[in-house]
Amino acid sequence: MDAVDRAIINALQEGFPVCERPYAAAAEQLGITEDDLLQRLAALREQKTITRFGPLFHAERLGGALSLVAMRIPAEDFDRVAALVNAHAEVAHNYERAHAFNMWFVLATETEEELQATLRAIEAETGYPVYNMPKLEEYYLNLRFAV
Amino acid sequence: MTSATIIALPDATDRALIVATQSGLPLVPRPYHELAERLGISATEVMERLTRMQQNGIIRRIGLVPNHYALGYTFNGMTVWDVPDERIHILGPRLGALPFVSHCYRRPRYLPDWPYNLFAMVHGRSRAETDAQVEEIAHLLGADNRGHAVLYSTRILKKTGLRLGNRGD
Repeated sequence: MDAVDRAIINALQEGFPVCERPYAAAAEQLGITEDDLLQRLAALREQKTITRFGPLFHAERLGGALSLVAMRIPAEDFDRVAALVNAHAEVAHNYERAHAFNMWFVLATETEEELQATLRAIEAETGYPVYNMPKLEEYYLNLRFAV
Repeated sequence: MTSATIIALPDATDRALIVATQSGLPLVPRPYHELAERLGISATEVMERLTRMQQNGIIRRIGLVPNHYALGYTFNGMTVWDVPDERIHILGPRLGALPFVSHCYRRPRYLPDWPYNLFAMVHGRSRAETDAQVEEIAHLLGADNRGHAVLYSTRILKKTGLRLGNRGD
């Protein structure tokens, strides 16, 4: 990653135009060619330096239900439960965290009823309670990082 | 959400456009034209729909999300705080305004096991950096901090992203 890549990452975190030749427009701002920008973005995506490039959706406004869910799983049972939880397509991500509440996953479903049904299914399959922690209020969301 | 605006739900064509761009914008000189061809609509309509979805908040923005692990921000801590309910609407935005906080939300408590109602995700390049960030938040909250914990991630067990296709349509 060189100085031009860094400039691309910083600039395109702020936004990307909607017009006929958006890469040409963004490249002009960066002082590079459209072709150079396209090649560098492809390389950054290939190297996984960027996780996403495109529209970033407001998940709650797509009409579905979304929640963060925590579980407390004994260490010796952790991998079995992780496999059962991850087998649900509704589980978008799942992290192990260093705490008594050691499993944290995000559930995304079409409806609140489906979300509740998935929670009950996970409890029944694993034998452990789930702690549903939906977002009650959003104070801030910013995934931008200066590089 | 605090805003009382009427939320326009995406229609079938919007949803097709969302599905078509979930893995990213095509890396070709005319990406909106390519999407138009795939969906069988005009490029003008693609651009109009993307613009409208940005205006009504279905799309937060069109842009890039860096992989913070690849950029060296390998320490992410989910900091959780027990603050008075009647003060949380003031404290939440204050935490959110800190440069190292990427998400800040209010979530429900489960007493007595889980007393924390304010969640703030912090990111640093070292454990020392995130520890200092936690100190800064504790200092900012002062007496409103009735207890807190920092949950560092130790393993990614699954990461697929949110996909409409996963939601049964």
